[in-house]
Amino acid sequence: MSASAARLGLVGCPTCRLVSRVAPAETMLCRRCLAPLELRKPGSIGRCWALLVAAMALYVPANTLPIMYTSSLFGSQEDTLMSGILFLWQSGSWYLALIVFFASILVPLAKILGLALLLVSVQLRSSWRPAERARLYRLVESIGRWSMLDIFVVALLVTVVQLTALAAVHAGPAALAFGAVVVLTMAAAQSFDPRLIWDPLEQAHA
Amino acid sequence: MNRADLLACLECDLLQADVAYPRPRKALCARCGAVLYQRHAQGLSRTSALSVASLVLFAIANSFPILSLELQGERSTATLAGAVHALWSQNLQPVAALVLFAAILMPLAELGALAWVVLPAQLGERAPLFGPVFRLLRFASRWSMIEVLVLGMIVSYVKLDHIANVEPGIALWAFAALMLAMAAIEANFDPRELWARVSAP
Repeated sequence: MSASAARLGLVGCPTCRLVSRVAPAETMLCRRCLAPLELRKPGSIGRCWALLVAAMALYVPANTLPIMYTSSLFGSQEDTLMSGILFLWQSGSWYLALIVFFASILVPLAKILGLALLLVSVQLRSSWRPAERARLYRLVESIGRWSMLDIFVVALLVTVVQLTALAAVHAGPAALAFGAVVVLTMAAAQSFDPRLIWDPLEQAHA
Repeated sequence: MNRADLLACLECDLLQADVAYPRPRKALCARCGAVLYQRHAQGLSRTSALSVASLVLFAIANSFPILSLELQGERSTATLAGAVHALWSQNLQPVAALVLFAAILMPLAELGALAWVVLPAQLGERAPLFGPVFRLLRFASRWSMIEVLVLGMIVSYVKLDHIANVEPGIALWAFAALMLAMAAIEANFDPRELWARVSAP
């Protein structure tokens, strides 16, 4: 027996995992936990593309606009995501610079490219390397949260420095764009239905 | 075959027999390799204890300063709520809301919902609104980012250390402990054991 639940007329509850028979009713509810049951997430591909395109558009201002303004008696300075990383690198904390570079630059980019690849392959009903694509999806979903790192750093720096009279740190517009990129890419990953990766394979065998 | 012995993979929908392996802690999907479930001998009682401990740590972490800074004789501190307030007053309300959501509201919802469903189950009872609260738990655990926050604290600490005299506060240690407790919950919590216990005939 090697078939999806959907092909056998069954559906697994996403909340409590109970397997039920597909009912003809328009909205099915799990009889154990009353969660709505869906064979596949409705409108998954369209919603995922919409969120992803919005994230791509905001990725540009997130990386080019200043994320932080610092002013002190010695002058003022503005930082972008990248110049903040360079500051860490030059001040000797190269290991933290690598972590921040990974979380703020690579992770959002990897998420956007990875989801675009998954979406295109699913739309072409491709049966190319499904196990690797499933692993790519898991990777995209699990690393997504780490891009919040810079938002938390900006929040803490702004707070701890704002109260002193000699120096002040203000958050810049990139914080807004970057926060939106994080939320949009996480929401995009959640709206993608990884079961779509496997559906073309079953029809090929059927 | 009874339908109660079946399990559909959440990531590829492959229907599989729910074989109760006593040994391995994690069962993987035969087709796509996603985790089907994990089992642990004392999973539920450990999760109960850890959820209470985490709520206490969460309260401590939110009542004390994370970092304190000394610059030319002036002292300033940052709490998590203070960070939300500072962003809000700098006209970055959406960013303030995001920090409030991912670092305060969602972790609290996750821990509260977990304690709500797990503690009565320890006594063999099904908590009121069990289904909706369980769904809240699943949603909140996706968006609660304590471990990312802790890394953010470390990065902030190092950045400030270059320009001023900075000291870690009580909340930094509390958040680090909370991060470990929540990782332990992740490793021990078996939702299927919970569902089996509260839906006994």
